[in-house]
Amino acid sequence: MGKENSKPLAILIICLGIFPIFVRSDYYLSIMIFIGINSIIVMGLSLLMGYAGQISLGHAAFFGIGAYCSGVLTVKFGFSVLSAFLSGILLSGVMAMAVAVPTLRLKGHYLAVATLGFGEIIYIVFNEFLDITGGPSGLSGIPYIDFWGYAFKEGIRYFCLVWGIAILLFIFALNVIHSRVGRALRAIHGSDVAAAAMGVNVSWFKVQVFALSAIYASVAGSLYAHFVTFISPPTFGLFVSILLLMMVVVGGGGSLWGALLGAGIVTILPEYLRPFKDFDVLVYGIILMVILLFMPEGLLKGLTVLLKWIRGKIASRQTVIGQGA
Amino acid sequence: MTRFSEILQFLFSGLTVGSIYGMVGLGFTIIYNATAIINLAQGEFVMLGGLIMFSLTAGAKLPLYVGFPLTILSVTTVGVLFERFAIHPLRNASLLTLIIVTLAASILFRGIAMFIWGKDPYALPPFISGSPVIIGGAVIIPQAFWVLGTAVTIVILMSFFFSKTIVGKAMSACSFNPMAASLMGINVRKMILLSFALSAALGAVAGVVITPISLMEYDRGPVLAVKGFCAAVLGGLGIGYGAVIAGFMIGILESFTTAFIHSGFKDAVALFILLFILCFKPSGIFGSEEVGKIKKF
Repeated sequence: MGKENSKPLAILIICLGIFPIFVRSDYYLSIMIFIGINSIIVMGLSLLMGYAGQISLGHAAFFGIGAYCSGVLTVKFGFSVLSAFLSGILLSGVMAMAVAVPTLRLKGHYLAVATLGFGEIIYIVFNEFLDITGGPSGLSGIPYIDFWGYAFKEGIRYFCLVWGIAILLFIFALNVIHSRVGRALRAIHGSDVAAAAMGVNVSWFKVQVFALSAIYASVAGSLYAHFVTFISPPTFGLFVSILLLMMVVVGGGGSLWGALLGAGIVTILPEYLRPFKDFDVLVYGIILMVILLFMPEGLLKGLTVLLKWIRGKIASRQTVIGQGA
Repeated sequence: MTRFSEILQFLFSGLTVGSIYGMVGLGFTIIYNATAIINLAQGEFVMLGGLIMFSLTAGAKLPLYVGFPLTILSVTTVGVLFERFAIHPLRNASLLTLIIVTLAASILFRGIAMFIWGKDPYALPPFISGSPVIIGGAVIIPQAFWVLGTAVTIVILMSFFFSKTIVGKAMSACSFNPMAASLMGINVRKMILLSFALSAALGAVAGVVITPISLMEYDRGPVLAVKGFCAAVLGGLGIGYGAVIAGFMIGILESFTTAFIHSGFKDAVALFILLFILCFKPSGIFGSEEVGKIKKF
């Protein structure tokens, strides 16, 4: 996991722990739950982007596969919550492999294109297979998660569940980065050819990261379905895929802490964009463009650099004052 | 209506839609060839073309022969500004960042279009009034000939441009090796700017000719971009005529899917073709694997 991460992680866990003690409002709790759900997806995407150097334009589809597996299997086929959840993970993983194995063999950004196509196909499937998915009018009546009579309904319990899982997955992702796999991935990001020369199976590692990111999205989808208890296709469309990508860019690709920051900011943003109504699209476009142009490494890095610069200024001023005195 | 005329009818409507996909695909190809960027805002150029043409001819009452060039000019300006203010400053960034920039631009253009024109679809009158032509029992509206004719003309002009003119040859050189091209005295940056201008102009033309048939609204871009991209990949990424022929093929297949299978799956056809071709022949129908290997993308 790396020593440098343990302190901020402890602070994060403490903050999350005391949050529900002070904030009892369901509104804020549900926003925090959505941030948690989005964080899980964005962590996976961040690994993919920052370590495999690829982007996915269809991650909302894997989010949707998780959600629809949980929803459809529990509502229509009487699966237990846990088995539906695991089926979602399995299906997303297999689908991800099917998309990634042929495309990641190719040089370049074919994965972006393939995931764009894949995402749209899955969206059409959600819409058109009325008998199973409920089509455009959606699927309702998804049960709450229930462990031996202990029901995770909305509010504090679900907050703890989502963030508990998010933190575990976060630690897992940090461990991946600091393991042999992570080193191989960083080598690939540096140079495909050099990594291959060192004996790293480049495309296979990329496929694994992509599958892992799909599984993360699927987990988030299941959590979403059991929280909202209603799912419909627009939640899993192209625009959501773009928003997820935007979360990675805002936070800074390749940094898991950036992923958390990006997920937080972009999830809260719509709450402040209400007065703009439909023009939120314009605001999203402007924000994304400004960040790409002026802070291409993301807000986390940008803010750190800014902070250092300010500190440096203050320090140099102090030395000037000190010399003057 | 006989079976034959029915098939003919769907064939013609497929060709009409397909020529738009082909033109969008060609737009992708031009930028890709000069920069290796997949310009995800390509569909927005088409959308802007249709909507600006609407404002100029139906709104400002300009005649067709004034409105059309003015539309092309304005969308080209948008393309040039986009390159200057978004792509050019990031010329040292990774290809990944640049692709995301085009994505951001597409959202931005869509937002601006919604701001100006709202969410309603707009229609244009056909370029020439006249009764539909009947061929073999199939009814074809005159505007369809305009669309097809434009697509074919553009392919001919483009292949002339890239194979016969010095500027076109310089642009092709940039696509193979920008370093070598600049050593030959080609101004690579100017070529990149030109590629964005050309591709925006092409998008505008496609938007103008299709709007009388299929209307135009602010969020048409992504669908067109995806289909156009499918055409570009199917034809072999980087091969202009390939993109247009593949566009026709996708249009016809879509039209037949609507007719004989289910209209809901119409949009999935192009995407299935895309995934299929990426699995089995990523160099496309007209591309060769050897050429694919030396490309930077």
